[in-house]
Amino acid sequence: MMISLKGIHKTYKGAQPLHVLKGIDLNIEEGEFVAIMGASGSGKSTLLNILGILDDYDEGEYTLNGTLIKNLSETRAADYRNRMIGFVFQSFNLIPYKDAMENVALPLFYQGVSRRKRNALAMEYLEKVGLRDWAHHLPSEMSGGQKQRVAIARALITHPQIILADEPTGALDSKTTIEVMELLKNLNQQGLTIIVVTHEADVGAQTNRIIRISDGQIV
Amino acid sequence: MMKIRLDRDQWEEIFDALSRNKTRTFLTAFGIFWGIFMLVLLMGGGKGLESMLATNFAGFANNSGFMMANSTSEAYKGFRKGRQWNIELGDIPLIRSSVPELDIISPSLSNWGSSATFEDKKSSVSVKGEYPEASQIEDPKIRAGRGLNDVDVQQGRKVCVIGQRIVEELFKSDEKALGNKIAIDGIYYQVVGISGKDENGISIGGNATTTVRIPYTTMQTTYNRGNRVDILCLTAREGYKMSDIQKKVEAVLKRRHLIHPDDTQAVIMVNAEAIFSMIDNLFKGVSILVWMIGLGTLFAGAIGVSNIMVVTVKERTTEIGIRRAIGATPTDILSMIMSESIVLTLVAGMSGITFAVAILQLLEQFAQNETPGAVFQISFAIAVGATFMLATLGVLAGLAPTIRAMAIKPVDAMREE
Repeated sequence: MMISLKGIHKTYKGAQPLHVLKGIDLNIEEGEFVAIMGASGSGKSTLLNILGILDDYDEGEYTLNGTLIKNLSETRAADYRNRMIGFVFQSFNLIPYKDAMENVALPLFYQGVSRRKRNALAMEYLEKVGLRDWAHHLPSEMSGGQKQRVAIARALITHPQIILADEPTGALDSKTTIEVMELLKNLNQQGLTIIVVTHEADVGAQTNRIIRISDGQIV
Repeated sequence: MMKIRLDRDQWEEIFDALSRNKTRTFLTAFGIFWGIFMLVLLMGGGKGLESMLATNFAGFANNSGFMMANSTSEAYKGFRKGRQWNIELGDIPLIRSSVPELDIISPSLSNWGSSATFEDKKSSVSVKGEYPEASQIEDPKIRAGRGLNDVDVQQGRKVCVIGQRIVEELFKSDEKALGNKIAIDGIYYQVVGISGKDENGISIGGNATTTVRIPYTTMQTTYNRGNRVDILCLTAREGYKMSDIQKKVEAVLKRRHLIHPDDTQAVIMVNAEAIFSMIDNLFKGVSILVWMIGLGTLFAGAIGVSNIMVVTVKERTTEIGIRRAIGATPTDILSMIMSESIVLTLVAGMSGITFAVAILQLLEQFAQNETPGAVFQISFAIAVGATFMLATLGVLAGLAPTIRAMAIKPVDAMREE
């Protein structure tokens, strides 16, 4: 079992407390390609944040590949994120003043990997996503599809247990959407567990399993 | 857990971040640069002025005091007020025995408006009758020949030590002056020494360059001064304050010359120690001012750095969020922002110090043409101290932006689109 969620509750505190997740139970096996779908405000982004250890939850238990993820210190959470999870975001979230290679290598920087080794690995992963020739281009010099492929290479470089993709095709046209999805499918076939949050039906259709969320619960 | 990396990567990260907005970085750095530049420059400038003044005082005993007679302002023991009196040679043994704290008691006589002639050349001079001890109070800085000695005084020799201006006007060179005889007010004196003192130094009884010093006894007889003393020069023994001693001497003089004890006008007292301490206090005040202005400017610069970096951190919220998402720990973020602040402050500050030191060097060379011994340059210790201060300022300036950056959660970054 790669991911196990038991009775996850999450409330955003504020003047009006917002009960976003109301008891999520979810199991995801290793090697699955899962889509989380739902309308905006359904709680799917919150769920992704919890899965990605970007946010904490109030009740329940989250186990990632046998490790209980609960009440972690910031430093611990950062370390787990770094080693276990690869993120792919809708807006790519590349660092604008670093070139493609440096962006891909950045997670290894925080692992303390030496520069030479880091950059060599980054080149290897850029090769995998077909962007070797673009290694020294800044994100501003690349198309959306290329940027997303750089982001995927960055997500892969630490050999994570899971890839979390938040609307990975949200900012892409239909042609590049296909490219990116092909890339994700390909990675899944190599055995990687991938979770995609999307509201596009045809993106969801390309995955093995669709989890629908509505009003904070799985339906 | 806290580990702050300072490897090449970290440096590159810092350099990347700082060079992204060069104009802003430069302007921010300029605040620090200017602050430390002003501080160092003002410190050096104050020190330079002080040292220039100090060279003027060099060779002048700073524990010395001078006493002169003046008309009385109180009627006393049958004498009307406004009576003229004089300090007399006979007072000296009494002063010596009743004020043991005194070291040197040296009377002197002065005559202004004399003229010295050699062959067909003429120079206006003032004549001073002195004892050899006078040189311990005001060093004539003999540059050629010798000073006056005890034998000169005992025998009432007609010898003189002349100022450098007189040499220029009468002889052109020291060699020619020494041994020759000059006529002053009709009497010939042999030149035995030349005073190297310039007009910048302080001296008793007029400009040292146009002063002719002759033995006291010679002056007594040639100018028919009798036992009267113009100025009584005193120095205190080690550990005594001239201002205290002068009061005792004053009391002795007043008793002996039948002057009202409360008469404040009859005895003129000049106290070098008081003047020196006044100048000393002045420079202390100047240096406090320098520190206030310099540190103020520097702090303003540091606050500028802090402000700009807070703005920068706000702009970089997404970037910091990304870094956090892909595995940067809070410590990583802390060391990133902190080192940016420290590097910016240190680099700006060091260039400020360097620039100020260069300017001070120029000033020093310029000033030394006029006043040898003027020291403008700050010491190495001050430079090291300033560097540490800069590092501390860098840390302080980095605090606010760092706290802000640490508060950024990876999730917050995602939301900010």
